[in-house]
Amino acid sequence: MRSALIALTLPMVLAFGVAVAAAQDAGQIKTSKGTAQIERSGQKLPATVGQVVQEGDVLVTGADGSVGITFRDNSLVSIGPDSVLAIDRFVFDSTTHQGAFDASLKQGTLAVVSGKLAKQSHEAMKVRTPAAILGVRGTEFLVRTGAAKD
Amino acid sequence: MTLVVGCASRNDLYVLLPGKDGKTGALIVESEGKKQTLDTPYAAARVKNVGSVDGVRSSEAEVKQDFGPALEAQPTRPVSFYLYFLADTDEFAPESRALVNQIFAEIARRPAPEIVIIGHTDRVGAMPYNDGLSLRRAERCREELIKLGIPKVRISVAGRGEREPEVPTADEVPEPRNRRVEISVR
Repeated sequence: MRSALIALTLPMVLAFGVAVAAAQDAGQIKTSKGTAQIERSGQKLPATVGQVVQEGDVLVTGADGSVGITFRDNSLVSIGPDSVLAIDRFVFDSTTHQGAFDASLKQGTLAVVSGKLAKQSHEAMKVRTPAAILGVRGTEFLVRTGAAKD
Repeated sequence: MTLVVGCASRNDLYVLLPGKDGKTGALIVESEGKKQTLDTPYAAARVKNVGSVDGVRSSEAEVKQDFGPALEAQPTRPVSFYLYFLADTDEFAPESRALVNQIFAEIARRPAPEIVIIGHTDRVGAMPYNDGLSLRRAERCREELIKLGIPKVRISVAGRGEREPEVPTADEVPEPRNRRVEISVR
C-alpha cells in the first residue's frame, strides 16, 4: 500500500521541477530563501529550487537571503545573507573524478562540504576571497569575508 | 587600496569543521604568501589585513552564531544505495530488487531530486572493458528505474570501472561485492 502511494505521488513530485540537469551544468539549487538571484551573462534569474547553476554564474543574496547548491561532484555549497559567490570554473569527469572547481566569495558567508573533485586531487578545488586563497584537502569548512566595520 | 597598520581593514574568518563522516580534513588559508594550515575541528584563521593570517579557535556555538543561515541553507547530503550483479553480466542479483522501494522513498522526500547511477566492476578484465561494463550496468539500471516511473531527465549515468572497489583486491580477482551499481540520490 505504502509503495503504491509512493509510486503514485512520485511522478507528480518529479514533474513539478522546472530545470533539467544536463552534462554541462555544474549543479542544481536545492534550497533557497528570501532574496536570491543568479547573474548569468548580464541577466538576473531568480535562484529558485531546481534551477541549474553553470560555470560563470554569480549567486547573489539579499539581507534575508540564502541559497544551497549541490554540484555534480557532490560538493555542497551554501551562502548566507548579503553574499556574492562566483562559480569561476567547474569541470568534472564522472569516470575518473578529475577536473577543477574554482569559486570566489566576494563578500558574505559560505559553507562548503567538498565532494569528489577534492577527494580525487588536493589541487582540484580552490576558493578565493578578496583577502585569501584556500586550498581544500577534502573537508567541511566555513568562510566569512568582508571589510571591517568601524 | 590603503592599508592602515594596526587597524583592521577586513573581517575575514575561515573555520574548519569536523567532518560528518568522522574524518576532519584540512584547509590551507593563504594571504599574500602568509599561510595557516587548519587541520583540527574548529581550527580557524582570521585575516584582519591582507598578508596576515592569525590562527585562532572557534567552537560549535560560535560557528552557529557566525554562520547560522549559511549552514541552514546546506543541501541534504547525497545518499547512496547499492545494487549487486551476477558475474560479467548486467543482471541484478535477486536480493537487489527489494531496495527499489527505499530508493523511491528517498527521492520523494527531497527538493529537486536527482538520481546519479554509477556502475562499478571487480578487477577481472582490462580497464577499458570494465569502463564499458560499468556503464552498461548503470544504463541497465536506468532502464529499470524509468520503467518504475522516474522521468529519464532526472537520471544521469556514470561508469567508474574498477577504480572504486568496495573490497580492495589484486588485479584479476573476481569479487561479487565489487560488481555493483551505486544509486546516488541528491
